[in-house]
Amino acid sequence: MSKKKELKRIKDAEDEWEKTVVPQWVGTTPERKERFTTVSNIDIKRLYSPSDIKDLDYLNDLGFPGDFPFTRGIHATMYRGRLWTMRQFSGFGTAKETNARFKYLIREGETGLSIAFDYPTIMGYDSDDPLSRGEVGVCGVAVSSLRDMETLFDGINLGKVSTSMTINGPAAMLLAKYIAVGDKQGVPRELLSGTTQNDMLKEFFAQKLSIFPPKPSLRLVIDIIEYCTKHLPRWNPVSISGYHIREAGANAVQELAFTIADGITYVESMMERGLAVDDFAPRMSFFFAAHNNLPEEIAKFRAARRIWARLMRDRFGAKEKRSMWMRMHVQTSGCTLTAQQPINNIIRTTLQTLAAVLGGTQSLHTNSFDEALALPSEEAVRVALRTQQIIAHESGVAETVDLLAGSYCIEALTDEMEEKALQYIDKIDAIGGVIPGIEEGFFQKEIADSSYKYQKEIERKERIIVGTNEYAVEEDWLPFKRLKIRPEVEREQLANLSGLKRRRDNAKAKATLDALHKAADSDENVMPTIIEAVKAYATLGEICNVLREVFGKYEELIVI
Amino acid sequence: MEKKIRVLVAKPGLDSHDRGAKFIARALRDAGMEVIYTGLRQTPESIVAAALQEDVDVIALSILSGAHMTLLPMVTTLLTQKGLKDVLVIAGGIIPDEDVPALKEAGIAEVFGPGMKIDELVKFINDNLKRKT
Repeated sequence: MSKKKELKRIKDAEDEWEKTVVPQWVGTTPERKERFTTVSNIDIKRLYSPSDIKDLDYLNDLGFPGDFPFTRGIHATMYRGRLWTMRQFSGFGTAKETNARFKYLIREGETGLSIAFDYPTIMGYDSDDPLSRGEVGVCGVAVSSLRDMETLFDGINLGKVSTSMTINGPAAMLLAKYIAVGDKQGVPRELLSGTTQNDMLKEFFAQKLSIFPPKPSLRLVIDIIEYCTKHLPRWNPVSISGYHIREAGANAVQELAFTIADGITYVESMMERGLAVDDFAPRMSFFFAAHNNLPEEIAKFRAARRIWARLMRDRFGAKEKRSMWMRMHVQTSGCTLTAQQPINNIIRTTLQTLAAVLGGTQSLHTNSFDEALALPSEEAVRVALRTQQIIAHESGVAETVDLLAGSYCIEALTDEMEEKALQYIDKIDAIGGVIPGIEEGFFQKEIADSSYKYQKEIERKERIIVGTNEYAVEEDWLPFKRLKIRPEVEREQLANLSGLKRRRDNAKAKATLDALHKAADSDENVMPTIIEAVKAYATLGEICNVLREVFGKYEELIVI
Repeated sequence: MEKKIRVLVAKPGLDSHDRGAKFIARALRDAGMEVIYTGLRQTPESIVAAALQEDVDVIALSILSGAHMTLLPMVTTLLTQKGLKDVLVIAGGIIPDEDVPALKEAGIAEVFGPGMKIDELVKFINDNLKRKT
C-alpha cells in the first residue's frame, strides 16, 4: 500500500474514533479543562497521530545527528561519546571564597566552571564605588582588578578547564583578565577554553544590565568576537541568550524567536566588519532556559537547531557544517522555583534537566532548590549537580540519541515552534531588525504582556503552581541553612582594592587608560588595549569610566 | 470625585529583576491607583526626590540584589529628613524573614515576599494609608 493511502486509512479511523469513542468517554468523564495549552499558548491536542506529521520529510526535516539540519543533535553519537558539560554557575563573597567553591564543585564531579559576578562588577563599578554600597560580593563574586581574577583561579590550571563567564557590558575587561591570568600561568592562548556571554542585545530588553548605549555596546561585542576569532580559537566569544528573555517573562516561542533574531544581528554585524561567515560562526554559541513543560521545551530545543541551521545555510551562505550547527548551554529556570516548600524545587529542576537532555544540550547548569531564597548553599548545589549525574547515569535517556524523535506530539510541536518563531522573525525583520525593535520598545512590550498574562493565570488559578496557589502549607521546611554572605566581605574587598591602588605603578596604569581612550575613540579593536590596561592593574571601574566618557551611558526605556 | 492613591514603584540597588516591580505597577494601576515606576537602579536619593516631585502617598520598593539592609533604611531616613513622614513605605523582593524586624524598625511598614496576592497588597495599602485621599 502507498504511504498516502495508509495515511488516509489512519485519518479515517481517527475521525471515526473522534466521532464515536471519544464522545462516549467524555460523556461520562468530561475533560478537566476546555483548552489545554502550553505556556506559549499553543493548543495541546487530545491526541497526536500520524496525521499530525504527515508532511514531515525525514531526511529534510530531521536528518541524522551530526548532520544538517541537526534537529536530532549536533554530534553523531551525542551522549554515548561524551556527556554534556556539567557547569554550575557560582560566585559569592570574595574571590578566595569562590575559588574554594570552584574546587569543591570540581571534587564533586562538575566538568566546567562558570563565574557569577556581583552586581557592581556586572555594571562596571569597582567595589569602592558609592553605587556599590551594600552590593559587594552579595549576588556573586567581586572582581574589580586582575588581582581578584588571579585569586579566583589560584591553583586551577586554565589550560585544563573551560570557564564560562556570565558577563556582558564589561565582557571585554573580564575576558582580558582571564587572558592575563592564563599568560601568567604560562598557558598558550590557543588553549584557553570557555565562553563570554557577551550578548548585549538581550540586555536592552530582557536582562537590563547595560552600561553603554546600544551602538557602542554592539561594537564591543563585535570587537570581542573578532579578537577571539583571530587569537582564541577555543573560546566561544558570544553566548546568544534566550535564558534572560524567558526569565524576564517571555514565553517559549518568544524566547526562541528573539534569541535567534539576536543571533542574526550578530552575524550581520560580523559580516559588515568584513569577516567571512565560516570564520566566526563555528564559535558562536547559544544559551536557553529549560522550564517545566516537557513537550514544549523539548520541541523548542529541537526547533532551535533546525531554524539556525537553515538560516546559516540559506540566509548567510555558510558552507561549513560547524557554522550551521547550534551549540547550546541550558540552565534550568530560576523563575519557576518557589520560595514556598523549597524542597519541591528539586523535582522541578529534575523535570527541566530532563527537558534539556532530551533536547540535546551541550552544557547544563541546574539550579539549587534554595535559590528562591538565597544564593545556593554547598549542600543544595550538590543536590543540583547530583540531579544531572542521576539523569546521566541512571535514567537511561543519555544512552540513545534523541529518543523522542518520531513522537507524533514532539514532531508536531517542533514544527509548530519553528513556524511560530519564524513568524516573529519576519515581524522583527519588518520593523528593521533588533535595534529598532529595542528602540521602539517592541521586545519590552511583548515580554511585559506575556509576563503579566502568566502571573494573572496563576492568580486566577488557571495555572496551578504546587505549594503556592494550591497545596500550600503553613511551614516551609528548608533542610539546610541558607547561605549567608559574611558582612566583612565589603570591608575586606575595599582594603584589598585600596592596597592595590597604592602599590601598583600608577603612571603605567594611567598611560594604558589613555591609550584605551584613543582606541575607543577610533575604529580600532579595543581588546588589545584593554588587555594592556588590565595587566597594568587598571581596575574594572577605571576602564569602564574611560569607555563611559567615550560612549556615554545607557538610559533605560521604561515599558510597563 | 475621589482622589486616586498615588504610588511610586521604585527599584533601588543595582539588580535588574524588574519582573515583579512591573507586575505590581500594572496590577496597582488596574486596581485604580496612579502608578509611577522609576525604572532600574535608583539611588535612595533619586527615589526620595521622585517621591517629593510626584507627591506620592505610597512608595513600594522592590529589591532582589541583597542590598536591602543598606539601601532601604537610607530611603526612610531621607524621607524623614525631607519631611515626608506621611508617606507609606512598603518593600518586596527577596528579603529573608530575619531581616524584616530591623526593616520595620527603620520605618518600612510591611515587607511582601514571593507568593503575595495582589488583593492583599491593595487591602494593605488602603488600610494603612497615612494620608487622607
